Amino acid sequence: MNQAEQRVRVLVSGERPSPQKAEPRIAIRDLDFFYGPLQALKGINLDLPERQVTGMIGPSGCGKSTLLRCLNRMYDLYPGQRATGQVMMDAQNIIGPHIDVNALRGRVGMVFQKPTPFPMTVYNNIAFGVRLHERLSKSEMDERVHWSLTRAALWEEVKDRLHAPALGLSGGQQQRLCIARTIAVRPDVILLDEPTSALDPLSTLKIEELIDELKSEFTIAIVTHNMQQAARCADRVAFFYLGELVEVGESSQIFTAPKQRRTQEYITGRFG
Amino acid sequence: MSTTISVPVKDLRVAAGLSRRRKRVNRAIQALCTIATIAGLLFLASILSTLLWRGLGGLSLTVFTETTKPPGSGGGLLNPIIGSLIQTALGTAIGTPLGLLAGTYLAEYGKGSALSNAVRFISDVLLAAPSILIGLFVYEIAVDPFGGFSGLAGSIALAVIVIPIVVRTTEDMLRLVPGSMREAAAALGAPQWKVIVLICYRAARGGILTGILLAIARVAGETAPLLFTSLGNLNWSLRLDQPMASLPITIYQYAGSAYEDWVQLAWVGSLLITVGVLAINLLARTVVQGRR
Repeated sequence: MNQAEQRVRVLVSGERPSPQKAEPRIAIRDLDFFYGPLQALKGINLDLPERQVTGMIGPSGCGKSTLLRCLNRMYDLYPGQRATGQVMMDAQNIIGPHIDVNALRGRVGMVFQKPTPFPMTVYNNIAFGVRLHERLSKSEMDERVHWSLTRAALWEEVKDRLHAPALGLSGGQQQRLCIARTIAVRPDVILLDEPTSALDPLSTLKIEELIDELKSEFTIAIVTHNMQQAARCADRVAFFYLGELVEVGESSQIFTAPKQRRTQEYITGRFG
Repeated sequence: MSTTISVPVKDLRVAAGLSRRRKRVNRAIQALCTIATIAGLLFLASILSTLLWRGLGGLSLTVFTETTKPPGSGGGLLNPIIGSLIQTALGTAIGTPLGLLAGTYLAEYGKGSALSNAVRFISDVLLAAPSILIGLFVYEIAVDPFGGFSGLAGSIALAVIVIPIVVRTTEDMLRLVPGSMREAAAALGAPQWKVIVLICYRAARGGILTGILLAIARVAGETAPLLFTSLGNLNWSLRLDQPMASLPITIYQYAGSAYEDWVQLAWVGSLLITVGVLAINLLARTVVQGRR
């Protein structure tokens, strides 16, 4: 169906193409994950819609972080961990064989729970990742550093100390530096694994505002233990329990009218 | 509206006798510790003061400008000083890369593998091996087959001592680098070797450098491994295929001799080594502090 046809259909029937109907950026199909003999994810089917924030909630050990680590194949670092099923991105199964894992990680970036600045300057923290994928001139790199720090709402605070050690920044600044470092590589997808759980409320607020900003450009998946955060940041929320995806839907629906009893019990704080 | 819960107050006072006994025990332990510290420091102070007293007396420019001469005709320590510098530098240059790479293997690549367990065990045994055995070993592989003592053999012996020290510190320091940092670098798309070289080495730099400096300090004063390898040389020689002088060997020979000027030079040599090792240790400390 071409665009004109589509417009006609909309005019005729009054139906609007909803954003979910669009091709998802990442489509997870029948994903199982194993830590050695232990199965941590069971038959997950989930779409990450393009330029939306997908929140992942659930009690500790439910597999939400594990799922995130499948999307950039972080588990490859550890022998004994394996995933089966499909994670489709641009018509490729990214957990299949013959995938250039390092190139994949350039397209699917990740920010971790604890800020992990590298022991080098603020500037080089960002340039490190960029240099892995692109060969830029000095001025292009300067521009990229400026762009990513601005996007991460950190430029004003660090513009005079670009060449000072990154370890001298505050915790909240370090985490925004990690986000800047991730977007500097210009990925399509950003995975956030409890990005604010080690931060104070003010820094948390800044990062949440940032996530809202970034979704205009990136597809985002965020794991969080904070229900309010999921409600504030995520367009869609997926609830996991014991390695299974229990329910996924618009965050307003999940938090006001969950379909599953276990979802309701979790979000009302009856367990987890 | 709130209900008050009354918690019985626990009596925190102790009997006067118990309190007195605790104080007595505390004083006794404190006294023992103090005495042990003073005893240790007394020996050290006595060694250092004797060394300074006897060594400074013979220290002059000729020590650094003249080579060793027969008894009674003066002379200095130029050839042992240069010989020690060459052999220590060469030994470190051979041993450090091997130790660094082996330590990297243990900490990064071979985690839990049978090979790495074996290497770690052997390395630890080597760390504790008597250095005279290392001298004999290198005699067998680098002196006997090539028909003579040599500075190169001495350097190899020192390298064998350097390797396990650097292996140990490199592995320990790399293990201190948090796994989260490795993951963060890998998550940006860095291959493992870049994670190690550009991130882990940088994070562990201070500790690894300290290990290398301590290894240098250790081998700079080694005598036993050189006895069977570079032998010592009373004449000026920079050739690595010939016997080479070194400060520890010269001290060993001179201190046991019957000639007063040789004994004097042995004291000077001991002072030089001590000051050198002390300087390296201080440098290692500043490296560590600079990292904090």
